[in-house]
Amino acid sequence: MEIAARKEKNVLVVSAKGRIDAVTAPQFENSLFDFISKGENIFLVNLAHLEYISSAGLRSILATAKKLKEKKGEMLFAGLQDPVKEVFKISGFNSIFRIFATDEEALAKIE
Amino acid sequence: MKVLSQIKIPARLEYLQKSMNLISSCARDQGFNQNKILEIELAAEEALVNIFKYAYKTREGDVEIICGLDNNENFILEISDTGEPFNVLSVADPDITADISERQIGGLGVFLMKKLTESVQYRYEGDKNILSLIVFKDKSNI
Repeated sequence: MEIAARKEKNVLVVSAKGRIDAVTAPQFENSLFDFISKGENIFLVNLAHLEYISSAGLRSILATAKKLKEKKGEMLFAGLQDPVKEVFKISGFNSIFRIFATDEEALAKIE
Repeated sequence: MKVLSQIKIPARLEYLQKSMNLISSCARDQGFNQNKILEIELAAEEALVNIFKYAYKTREGDVEIICGLDNNENFILEISDTGEPFNVLSVADPDITADISERQIGGLGVFLMKKLTESVQYRYEGDKNILSLIVFKDKSNI
C-alpha cells in the first residue's frame, strides 16, 4: 500500500494505492492520524488505485472519521473502483460518507 | 470434498500474505474473475484474522486452509484451527445505518464474510473449529 497527499486550498487530498488489509491498515491509519495531528481536518480520500480493502481498513477509516468529526472536519471519498465500491456499499459507508466519482467533482462540492 | 490445494500456517498475521497467495491462485484456477477473486480473498482474510487474533489466547497454534470443491462442485474454503471453540456465526450483525458518531468500530468483518459468499458454515469436530466458506460459480463471476 502506498499513500500520497497534496493540498488543494483547505482540503488534503490523500491517495491510497494497492491493498489495505489487516497488515497494511495500521500504516494507513497512522498516516491519517499524523495529518490530523498536523492540523488537517478535511480529507478527500481518492481510492482510484486501491484494489482491495478489508474490514481492518474500514475500521481505520471509521476511526479517522470519528476523530475528524470531533474537530468539526470531514472525510470524503472519490474514485472508488468496483470491489472497493461493493465493500463500501455492503458496510453502509455510502450513507455516512459523501462519495464522488472524481477529485474535481468532490472539490467543487466542498465549501 | 475434493481437495485442490492446502496449507498449514502458524496463526499469525505475518502468514496472511502466504495464505492469500494460495487462496487467490486456487480461485483463479477455478475460473473466477478478478473481482470475485478479490471478494473470496476478503472473506478468507476476515476468517483468518479472527483466528489470528482470538483463537489462541494462551499458546501458539496453527491454521489449516483447504481449497476445494464440495459435493455439488461448488468452490469451498475450509479453514480450521484447534483454538478455543468459537462459532463465528454467533456474532451479531453490525448496525450499518448508524451515523459516524454512533457507528461501532468492529463487527464488520464477519458481516462482510457472510455477504460475499453464498454460505458460511461452522462446526466443532474433534478439537477443531471448522469454518466453511462456499461460493457458487455463475455467469456474473467467471
